[in-house]
Formats: sequence, structure tokens, C-alpha cells
Amino acid sequence: MSAVEDVVTEAPAVEAVPKRAMTLGTGTSFVVLLLLLIVPLFAKNFVIFQLTQLLYLGLAVLALNILTGSSGQFSLGQSAFYAVGAYVTAVMMEQFNINYVLCLPVAGVVCFGFGFLFGQPALRLSGVYLALATFALATAMPQLLKLNFLEHWTGGVQGLVVTKPDAPFGLPMGQDMWLYYFTLVVVLAIYIFSVNLLRSRSGRAFMAIRDNEIAASAMGINVALYKTLAFGVSAAITGVAGGLSAIAVQFVAPDSFTITLAIQLFLGMVVGGVGWLPGSIVGAAFIIFVPNIAEGISKGLSGAVFGVLLFLVIYLVPHGARQIAILGQQLAGKLRKN
Amino acid sequence: MELFTNQVLAGIATGAIYACMALAVVMIYQAIDHLNFAQGEMAMFSTFVSWQLMQWGVPYWVAFVLTLVFAFIGGIAIERILFKPLAKAPILTNVAGFIALFSIINSSAGLIWDFTIKQYPTPFGSAPFLGSQLISTHQAGMIGVTVLLLIGLFFFFQFTRIGLAMRAAAALPESARLVGINTSWMIALGWGMASAIGAIAGMLIAPVVFLEPNMMVGVLLYGFAAAVLGGLTSPFGAVVGGFLMGIFENLAGTYIPGVGNELKLPIALALIISVLVVKPAGLFGRHIVKRV
Repeated sequence: MSAVEDVVTEAPAVEAVPKRAMTLGTGTSFVVLLLLLIVPLFAKNFVIFQLTQLLYLGLAVLALNILTGSSGQFSLGQSAFYAVGAYVTAVMMEQFNINYVLCLPVAGVVCFGFGFLFGQPALRLSGVYLALATFALATAMPQLLKLNFLEHWTGGVQGLVVTKPDAPFGLPMGQDMWLYYFTLVVVLAIYIFSVNLLRSRSGRAFMAIRDNEIAASAMGINVALYKTLAFGVSAAITGVAGGLSAIAVQFVAPDSFTITLAIQLFLGMVVGGVGWLPGSIVGAAFIIFVPNIAEGISKGLSGAVFGVLLFLVIYLVPHGARQIAILGQQLAGKLRKN
Repeated sequence: MELFTNQVLAGIATGAIYACMALAVVMIYQAIDHLNFAQGEMAMFSTFVSWQLMQWGVPYWVAFVLTLVFAFIGGIAIERILFKPLAKAPILTNVAGFIALFSIINSSAGLIWDFTIKQYPTPFGSAPFLGSQLISTHQAGMIGVTVLLLIGLFFFFQFTRIGLAMRAAAALPESARLVGINTSWMIALGWGMASAIGAIAGMLIAPVVFLEPNMMVGVLLYGFAAAVLGGLTSPFGAVVGGFLMGIFENLAGTYIPGVGNELKLPIALALIISVLVVKPAGLFGRHIVKRV
């Protein structure tokens, strides 16, 4: 697994680091992959479910990372695309009895369309204005899903129950474990795709637009096209993540896709390090496990404890997990020299 | 026709609150270039403080003034302790900080005063205003207080030295520093004033939406929307945006079939997006031209 090279520009502490330092390195990648493959074999079902959750939320954070970290567009509306992906998957599986493996790409394509279309009016907005527009999308989505004329398919306020798939080909594993490995394969495939996308011509165009829109257009980059494309790709990946979540949770309802979800994804991105793809999983771990830890410290004050922990993170490492990775790499380099 | 006037007047009354919130949002945005997502929670906490004072037997207007002092000092303290160290951090880190602050205040208020809905008194009474059936005295009072506040702020920024210094610090920080303005304290002052304005909005809306830790979430959304609609760089625009939001929200809820209470907010936000697509800097905002 490797990451995008050299993304943060405003951080003096990071700038001095050579570009190569930002890749996870072949050795580290294999260790991480091995851990992801082996851990479920020794874990209880609930832990496996949490790991699955970690994977698909990490995927959603990665999608936001592609949008904000690479193309510099700020979105608080990811929960809307996540909801569309989850609903497309759930409706296809339950109302039309289509195999779940086929549902995910459809969810991705539908969300790509939504994202691309939404990117059109969003083109004229930037910064806080774009944040507000996407925020509007996120607040509207639960209400739209409750609309009467969609109720026939979506189940209205009650939502839809999704059946969990069994392991195919008579593989000797439980539903949870099969779903974990299935999710892992999907997430890995999309991760590798994203890394390559950001290294490609399009990825460099995204970053050029992020760094300086006017200069990018002067170089001949079609700014409008690439900005909407970034929206579309990000929405498509978020949609697949939403679809995976619908299968794993076995339930979709309008109120699971509120603005809170969008804020969680945003926090995950910041904690993981904006623009650093491997950080997405770290960010997802933060938003899944830290609220639990906060609850463990104090039940009544869990929100406050969560806020304090978040403040600690942004004070100590304003650039998130990425900063820790860089520090670790520098330390390893020094040790090797001695 | 009577329904229409009724709805417009009610819209102006709630619009007054949105205008206050929008004004608070613009105050901080001018000072630090960020939207404060915890603005509503700060206002909610101040409102709870005033409620607590009244429970202890303090008369309304005394509690009102004490709460303003509390909110002002609290706002300054939050800036000094929590956000000054983040001044040079990336924007997204700051936003995460606001979300953390939101979470802390919301959860603390829930623990101290719990989540049950509480009645909040109105100093104006709820009888019909001047014998007309159109608006109540409380709604008239909301409009009156907002207008007074706006006039006060206008004079503060136009005719006092410190108001001028604050405007200078917001417009051109480097030049302001060169002529001897302590820009760092001007930012803190902006936080204090925004917090106090938010507290006024909170205390005025509390009799309508009732007092509970989540009461300001919706109001803040409208406040943001109003500020963006009017233009984030223009306090005047924020106020106009607030009143427009209030009126539009009420009319959409009444006249567009199938909207009702559930879809009011999405419709209002859709309006804003349409305005922004036509005028990206808001109705009264300055359009900033960038250089390569």
C-alpha cells in the first residue's frame, strides 16, 4: 500500500520531509495487510463486526479525503451520498432480489451520477459557501427519504431490513467473517484504485486545482470538469461504503444518515490527516472507538470527554495521524544512520 | 389576506432571532475567517445560565444583564484558552475544534440541567400586541430588542474608537498592527461580543422553542443560512438575510403544499443554494478577486 505523495503545503513542519516519506512502504503495507487478514480468525463475532465497520467507514473517509485532500473542495454532505448508496443497495437486494455483489457497483454508479450533478451548481461555490451547500444536502436527505411517493420502496420512516448474505461455495465460515473478508477485498480494490487515480493525470489535475485554481486553468486544466469529476468519484466511493454498511448493519432507515454521520466522516478525515489516504482507517478508528472510550470514562459526560479528546488530538498533532507517521519515519531514519 | 400578513409578521419576528444569530456568526467570521459551529451551543448555555439565575429568584432584567456579562467573559475566555493556540493551524483543524467545543458544551449542559424541556419566561407577556390579532407582544418585543441591538452595534462600529479598531483589525490585520492596534485582543473582543449577541438571541427565542440543550441547533442553521444569504462579509447583509429567512420559511411552510414543518429547513436551504449559484458572495457580500 502506498499513499499520495507530498500533499500538505501549509505545514512548515511537514514541508522539510522528503516526498518519499509519505508512502507507507512495502514492508509496512504487508504487515498491515497480514494483520487485517489474520486478526478476524481469532476474534469474537462482535469484534469482527466492528472491524467490518472500521473498513467501510474508513472507505467513506477515504472518499472525503479524495474530495477535500486532493481537489480542495470541502464537503459536509457526504452522509447524503452514503445514504443513497445504502438505499440503492438495500432496495435492490430486498425488493428486487438482486445479488449483493451486483448491488454495490450499481450503488457506486448511481452515486457517481448524483455527485457529478451536485458538483455542477457547487462549481461556483468555494470554502464556507460550498460547506453550507453540502450541509443543506445532508440535512435534506433524511427528510427526502421519508417522502410518501418513495415509501413503496424505501419503507418510509420504518426503513428496510436487509438479509445478511451467507458465505458462498460452501466456505466454512460464519456470515460475519465472510462479510468482513468481502468488505476487505472491496476496500482494498478501491484503495489501490484511489492511490493510482491520484498519481495519474487526473489526480495531478485535482491537486493543481487545490493548490491554485487560477494557475491550474492557465495551464490548460479543465477546472470545471475535474472539480465535478472529483465530486463524482468521491460520491461513488461513498456510495459503495454506504452499500457495504447497509449489508453489514442489515438495516437502513432515514435517521441513520443525518448530518451527524457527515460530521463524523469529516472528523475522521481531520484526525487521519487531510490528503493522506492510509490515515483514513486511523480516522475511522477514532470515530468508532473514541466515543466508546469517552462513554467508558463518564456516561453522562461522554460528549464532553469526546470533545476534550478531540481537542487533545488537534493540539498535539494538528495534521493528524499523518504527522505521527512522518515523525516515526524520521526517527527510524535517524536510528538507521547511527 | 389576513393569513398572509399574519405569516409575514410572524416571519419577521422569528427573522429577528435569525438576524441576531447571523450577526453573531458574521462577527466571528470577520474576526477570524471561520464559521463558529459552536455559536448556538454557546448561546444555549448562556440562556440556561439566565434561567438558573431566575430560578434563584433574580428578576428577569437583572438576570438578562448578568447573563450578557457572563456570555461576554465566557466568549473571551474560550478564544484565549482554546482557539488562540489554533490561530495558525489549518482551517479544517479549526472546524474540528468548533465541533469539539459543540460537543463539550452540549454534553455539559445536558449533565447540569438534563434534557427535559423547560418553560422560559417572557418579559413582554404573550397577549396580542396593541389589540391586533396579528402578532403577540413577545414577538413585537423580539423585533424591538433586535432593532435596538442593531442600532447600538451600528453606533459602536461607526462612532467609537474601539469599534473602529475592531473594523481595522478585521479588514487589514497587518496594517492595523502597524498603527498600534492590538489585533489579538480585538479578536477576543469579537468573540466576546458575538457570544453576548448569541445570548440575546437565545434568551429571546427560548420562550418560543422552549429551553433544552438542543434548542439552538435549528436556529443556528438558519443563522448560518441567513449570514451566507446576506453575505458573510456584511453585517447589514446578515440582518437582512435573517429577516428574509424568517419570512420565506413561514410562507413556504404555509403556501407550498406538502412542505409543512418537516421540509421547511431543506426548502429554505435550497433557496440559499439557488441564490449562491447566482450570486456566489451572497446578496450584499463583497466579491473578492484573487491574484495568482
